[in-house]
Amino acid sequence: MTPLRRHRALTRIWASDPGWKGWFTTVNHTDLGRMFMFTAMIFFVVGGILAMLIRAQLATPRSAFMGPEVYAQVFTMHGTIMMFLFAIPLIEGIAIYLLPKMLGARDLAFPRLTAFGYWCYVFGGSMLLFAMLTGLAPDSGWFLYPPLSSTLGSPGINSDFWLIGITFVEISAICAAVEITVTILRFRAPGMSLDKMPIFAWYMLVVALMILTGFPPLILGSVLLELERAFGWPFFQVAEGGDSLLWQHLFWLFGHPEVYIIFLPAAGIISTVLPVMARTTLMGYGWVVAAAVALGVLSFGIWVHHMFTTGIPHMALAFFSAASTLVAVPTAVQIFAWIGTIWKGKPQLKLPMLWILAFFATFVIGGLTGVMLAVVPFNWQAHDTHFVVAHLHYVLIGGFVFPVLAGLYYWLPHLTGRRRFFRLGEPAFWLVFVGFHVTFLAMHWVGLLGQRRRTFTYEHGQGWEAINLISSIGGFITAIGFALVLIDIAINALVTLRGRRNPWGAGTLEWAMPKPVPAYNFASLPPVRGREPLYDDPGLDLRIARGEGYLGDPGDGRRKTLVVDIASGRPEQVVVFPSNTALPIVMALVTGVAFLGVLIKAFWLVPLAVLGVAALAFRWVWSLGTRTDEGLLDAGHGLSLPLASASTRPPGWWGTAFLLVANATFFASLLFGYAFLWTVAPNWPPPAYLEPGLAGPALGLAGIVLAPLGLRLAERLLRAGHAMTPGLAIALTGAAATASAGVLAVLASADPQGHAYDAIVRVIAGYVLIHVVLAAAMSVYLAARRSAGFVSPDRYGEVRIVRLWTDYAAITALLGLAALHLPGALT
Amino acid sequence: MHPAGPAAEAIAALWWVMLVGSCVIFVLVMALLALALRRSNVEGRGDGSEGERVWLVGLGLVFPLLVLLALLAYGLVIGERLAPRDGPEVVTVRAEGRQWEWRFSYADAPGLVTEGVLHIPAGTPVDVEITTVDVIHSFWAPRLAGKLDAIPGHVNVLRIEAREPGEYAGVSAEYSGPGYLDHRFTVIAHDADGWAGFLRGAAP
Repeated sequence: MTPLRRHRALTRIWASDPGWKGWFTTVNHTDLGRMFMFTAMIFFVVGGILAMLIRAQLATPRSAFMGPEVYAQVFTMHGTIMMFLFAIPLIEGIAIYLLPKMLGARDLAFPRLTAFGYWCYVFGGSMLLFAMLTGLAPDSGWFLYPPLSSTLGSPGINSDFWLIGITFVEISAICAAVEITVTILRFRAPGMSLDKMPIFAWYMLVVALMILTGFPPLILGSVLLELERAFGWPFFQVAEGGDSLLWQHLFWLFGHPEVYIIFLPAAGIISTVLPVMARTTLMGYGWVVAAAVALGVLSFGIWVHHMFTTGIPHMALAFFSAASTLVAVPTAVQIFAWIGTIWKGKPQLKLPMLWILAFFATFVIGGLTGVMLAVVPFNWQAHDTHFVVAHLHYVLIGGFVFPVLAGLYYWLPHLTGRRRFFRLGEPAFWLVFVGFHVTFLAMHWVGLLGQRRRTFTYEHGQGWEAINLISSIGGFITAIGFALVLIDIAINALVTLRGRRNPWGAGTLEWAMPKPVPAYNFASLPPVRGREPLYDDPGLDLRIARGEGYLGDPGDGRRKTLVVDIASGRPEQVVVFPSNTALPIVMALVTGVAFLGVLIKAFWLVPLAVLGVAALAFRWVWSLGTRTDEGLLDAGHGLSLPLASASTRPPGWWGTAFLLVANATFFASLLFGYAFLWTVAPNWPPPAYLEPGLAGPALGLAGIVLAPLGLRLAERLLRAGHAMTPGLAIALTGAAATASAGVLAVLASADPQGHAYDAIVRVIAGYVLIHVVLAAAMSVYLAARRSAGFVSPDRYGEVRIVRLWTDYAAITALLGLAALHLPGALT
Repeated sequence: MHPAGPAAEAIAALWWVMLVGSCVIFVLVMALLALALRRSNVEGRGDGSEGERVWLVGLGLVFPLLVLLALLAYGLVIGERLAPRDGPEVVTVRAEGRQWEWRFSYADAPGLVTEGVLHIPAGTPVDVEITTVDVIHSFWAPRLAGKLDAIPGHVNVLRIEAREPGEYAGVSAEYSGPGYLDHRFTVIAHDADGWAGFLRGAAP
């Protein structure tokens, strides 16, 4: 087969639908990565315009441009858009586009999930844009502290738009994180062991795990606050046993890791781009990986440093202050690894390198002011002034936007398949760099002079006029620079000449494919022996095109790629991907209806939408797998591998496992909230605890034991060739028993509007209930799969997935019911 | 920053130390970066292994650890000094925030309430018990001390002290809605006679 014929055959298999339809049915990571990045850029422009409105307002004292109400919406939306609708989705887009190409796979682990995540992001983001255009945007600051953000301070719909829109968008972050994790661990080129992975993949692995453990506390906080706003469950109202500090803890449990979720991908870009620009390899690969992991871990220990002024005990302050300054160590390791890389190489000052140098100058300042703010006494003075605003812009623009622009210019030939011809990028760089420092250096100063953030204006004669005007002028110069960058990228993407395949002479696999990128990425999957496969073997791209790697035979017209062993990268299975479908967008729409139902208080819509999602999810999973045992498939190079769906731990098992990591964090945050209110909230204990009785705990315990046992029995029966029905029946009985224990707890609880205790009892019981009901539905699904022939004695991976979920439901039911009943039993 | 009390002075000193230290570190990093760029232009490829020890162990690990330990110790000592300590002559006042005003009451004069103006004796440590009746606010008299939040249902204690009698501006420093900008108060520090007179109910 010639390379051209292979190209045509593979394109037929992998291409998205032609025309406009393709936008809505594509599941291809190249398409979706681009769509993510493009949409994020649109939000960047919107957020940037809001920033300019702020600087226009603050340019002169007593400006009549905006009143306090409008200004509140503008600064809240600027922060919200830049954090949730620009930075995080842009990272997801970059990772979704690049990772399979760097790792040597043909797509991400769960292609339809990528699409579902994208549409959730679009719909959730649109809700916030709609709120802004109608003047109903959230207005209590981007971290939405109650009671100001609750019914007391914001009776309108404004805060609901934030809670619901952002939670919707976070679904997309969780989806992306699950699939990035599974892709990095399992979907790599043959022979790419963990220590040969491109450094960017290591960073993204850390980031994805951080999203899975960092976002759930905020999702929980949003759920609780929305329950308070919609139904009056008083989680954050002190008179009824709530505490507004709980929100701050949940928010910053998310919010601080979030900063590193944004910074680490940017650091990954630098670690990838800088060595290529310096014509060498990264200094201290192992050190840099360790530093990234250390940052990820440390970032979860320092959320309290956003709360130094809330009256935290002195000892705790000392601990969190130490942890906060300690973060500077792994950061320093990375900075010096990069400078050392330049030192041992021959750097060339091309445009990506310029942005990286701008990163150094800016980020080091931001890091140093960060260390200052971590010192508690100084924090007490500078907190909530423009000094903090300046610091966070140094970190986020210097530490995120500049490296991302370096990456954008570095991968632009890859994205567009064209050479950069118009040289607008260099003047744009200087405008942004100079404008940025003028704006924010000035802002440090005015912050130290006492100008508070979030004040819509200031008086004459405080000595702030000149500094603010300089800051605003700098801001507009920065904005013009960013506009030029976007224009530069647009015209270079649209009108210039075709470029070379590997213009920078890089060593990673994404440069070993034709440009523009084919839908299938690699005509055959290359065996990998080192960290820079293209340095080890300069002719690799041609050999890939000639089909000399694995899975080079287009064969039966199914979308196939390899699944490898986590540590060694040894090929283990062949996975078959689903093809183009509108299922993700439809499911995202129906999910959106559920969110909309809560937003407009049309609660009858919610159960309907949930049923719709359940039906679509059923269709979603039903289409996977095969009805026949296919045995071993030829993967090339004399290697015969089984289908992933016939393994005991198919990709779906891994996806479920990492989804449960996020879910467990959510549950742990819920228990933390319960314990926090118990110990810290002033108006505790509640009037009465839940009285356990005998029926509830007994039923619950019986179910917790029966359900996992039933599934184990079902698997044993299946593998022995019998019917699974007895085992599944036991599992269902168990689920029903646990569910009734949950219902009994809800029935026994007092009015949830009366005290936060009863409200949280209902939330825990509801959590248990939802998980057992889902476990029961999965058992029913298994029975259907068995009778339809998808599950057989040799293909029982799905049983393992259901078992995993059921075990999780049983464990959380045990913990949840214990948390509900023990207080009543002990007193 | 014109500190007018021990707390604000200590923090101002801390700031100048950190500013100078940061500038030194910044210049050092930039110089190393420039050096790396220059050196490699002349000499070309260096050997990685010997560099790793210098760059990663020396500059990446040891250097920041030493600097941070010193800074942390300094910060903790100051933090300790600023913490409210029991003393014979500590005066206690209460600050209650609401949208958008502050009400102050005095342990030494029960029933006395002032709105928007906090009276304290000069040269004496004062504990301000901070709380709120509605949303979160923050009590901040920049020339006297750092800020501390007013959280519904909680009482936070801030130690302030004014060396000299006089008027000091104060603001709320946690966004609290449309009236946030003008959510201000004044601290008036009296000499001994003025304070005694104030407590007796005489016009300040």
